[in-house]
Amino acid sequence: MNLDLAPADRDFQQEVRAFFADSIPDEWKTTVRAGLRLPPATLTAYQRRLADRGWGAPTWPVEYGGTGWTPQQLHIFWSEASAADAPAQYHQGLELIGPIIFTYGSQAQKDFYLPRIISGEDWWCQGYSEPGAGSDLAALSTRAERVPSKNGGADYVVNGHKMWTSYAHVSTRMFFLARTSAEARRQQGISLLLADIDTPGIRISPIHTLDEKHHTNEVFLDDVRIPATNLVGEEGMGWAYGKVLLDRERMVAAATAMFLPQTLRAVRTAAARRRTPTGSLIDKPEFRAKLAQIEIEVMAVQAMVLRLMADAAAGADSGPRGSMVKLRWSELIQQATALWVEALGPQAQHFAALNDASQLPADMPLALQGALYARVTTIYGGSSEIQRNIIARRALGL
Amino acid sequence: MQFAYNDEQQMLHDSALRFGADQWNAAERLKHLAEGAGGNARRWAQMAELGWLMLPIAESDGGLGGGPIEIMAIMEGIGRHLMTEAYVSYCVLAPALMQRGGDHCSHLLEQVGAGQVRVAAALIEEEGFDVASIGTAASDSGDGYRLIGAKAHVEDGADADWFIVSARTAGAVSERDGVSLFLVPRDADGLTVQRFRSVDGHRHASLDLTDVAGIPVGSVGNAAPRIEAALDRAIVAHLAEAVGSMESAVAATIEYARTRQQFGAPIGSFQVVQHKLVDMSVACEEARALTMVATAQLAAAGSAPSLIAAAKTRVAQCGIAVAQQAVQLHGGVGTSEELIVSHHLRRQMMLDLAHGDRDYHRARFAELTR
Repeated sequence: MNLDLAPADRDFQQEVRAFFADSIPDEWKTTVRAGLRLPPATLTAYQRRLADRGWGAPTWPVEYGGTGWTPQQLHIFWSEASAADAPAQYHQGLELIGPIIFTYGSQAQKDFYLPRIISGEDWWCQGYSEPGAGSDLAALSTRAERVPSKNGGADYVVNGHKMWTSYAHVSTRMFFLARTSAEARRQQGISLLLADIDTPGIRISPIHTLDEKHHTNEVFLDDVRIPATNLVGEEGMGWAYGKVLLDRERMVAAATAMFLPQTLRAVRTAAARRRTPTGSLIDKPEFRAKLAQIEIEVMAVQAMVLRLMADAAAGADSGPRGSMVKLRWSELIQQATALWVEALGPQAQHFAALNDASQLPADMPLALQGALYARVTTIYGGSSEIQRNIIARRALGL
Repeated sequence: MQFAYNDEQQMLHDSALRFGADQWNAAERLKHLAEGAGGNARRWAQMAELGWLMLPIAESDGGLGGGPIEIMAIMEGIGRHLMTEAYVSYCVLAPALMQRGGDHCSHLLEQVGAGQVRVAAALIEEEGFDVASIGTAASDSGDGYRLIGAKAHVEDGADADWFIVSARTAGAVSERDGVSLFLVPRDADGLTVQRFRSVDGHRHASLDLTDVAGIPVGSVGNAAPRIEAALDRAIVAHLAEAVGSMESAVAATIEYARTRQQFGAPIGSFQVVQHKLVDMSVACEEARALTMVATAQLAAAGSAPSLIAAAKTRVAQCGIAVAQQAVQLHGGVGTSEELIVSHHLRRQMMLDLAHGDRDYHRARFAELTR
């Protein structure tokens, strides 16, 4: 066992630290610490800065424009980003459709789409869930029918209704699953397709959520005609392509978990600011015990992340440990943001100013929005219940 | 960054597992426990032959100078098979307290490494776990130090030949300055030793010291940092024991869930049971990862107080939760003496108490990260 950095990694750490030094504006920090996304234009500008530095796609191989970093380098990069209150990169292009395209896509798809993901030119959204297909994704019923096109090729005509399509309202493109044939097994006959978001027949309608921040949408597809060249891989094989994500999932979970200390810093700052009759809240033993408990559990998750990275470096299978990290960080971001609200005290009730003369307290409304938005983390990307099913099957053989 | 044992550590680990499977077969556990001190002494001699006893002792004291990772390799086996031998108390804690403590210490440590002498640490008083929360007084009478006071709990003290006792040469209770260490033989005049069996098979003691002669260890008056460093080393060893025990309890429970039939199906086919088993496995992962990081950090840096306080807190929480659920999922039979899971629960509860319980260490973590 050895957690020391090799000299080359220590140099790399200095290089990354220098990049992040003073590069994150203060006005980003509360949003980032709340686990919320910065405005898309801001996030795109950040992505472009990383891309200019050659760091646009940290987890991708060099041949597709990625950094080709080792797991140790990734760990360093994320640690430094987390410490600097840098935001997480937007993942739907970088971690979801990008890797599927470079694994299963055509040469034309790779050449066209991959550079646009790295440069931030394209925002992707994911059209998977439907009103009748949530955790049971194979129940999806959106259909894509292959028809001749005007130019002698082929098109798909798509009809259906997608739900929880996050950031569709700012996306340029959408990847989605649709049925291209009816098969006995529900997982068969599903294809993965790419669509420009402004294709006629696509209608986006916002879903208003409990945090009053617009993240997510319904997407209606009515006779949407897309060229058959937008099929990824083979027709009917879309379900299987999700598997490439299973292997990468541990990295996504690891990266997200590494950003938890940002929220803890916000809790500490708020608690230090909050006055009580016997001094600052952060000095009260009951509060300190609560904060210490979450900080200790975050350290445990960070230790699990280190182990995942070591597995990845050794080329070893992590089994379901990526799922375990997802389970734990999602619970902890909920607890940490809830403690932040507690630290704010009665003024956490001041969510919005009713007129210009009224001044919102520090951290509001972002802290409360963060606490509310955090509720979705145990639901999206495979709910905690589904994660437990996966672990039971894969680790325990039950 | 790598988490695997090297070849030598792996051999130690395998050897500890073999020894445990051989000497502490779960099916015969009650028989082994009933043997009491006699069985412990027999196995202790075997451990001495294997070279385990001198492994953690510093080379300058005649030992092999094994570090936290080597100790972890052995402790995982001790936990997995719930061996009651007081390896941490006699081979990790006492030698760390006595390291470079003078000629008398190195002479004793040679005998400790050979399995001829056992030294237990008498640190804790009624006031609690903090090393400075002691009132036992040591005064220099001109012809040596005399100790007066009481030690509420001496981990594994029942069968010790010597005690290494913390006492005050200056200052008031809770002051870090003025804490010193003294060696006292079991049969010293004025020393009363009460001896206790714990519910996990360990054998402890409490001490009453009424004007007892003590031999000073190291320099007098500033032993607090030495004690804290030694305790951290002992705590990290206990973490590995806890992890070994947790993983063993989970494995036994999964096996039981696969075979136990109720309502015409193995209980492991029920989702509510599966999800509890998953939570137990996640707790094991947390505990293992934290233990590995704390152990590696201690080995690399020589100290890691806040990380160790965090690990002690979380491993105890996870360990107790896992063992409680192991009993729960076994149903009625889980509460019986005969099944191993109840022994894991008892050991996890006692491990929590050893050298500071989870609430104590959580408060310590909060203080260290203020």
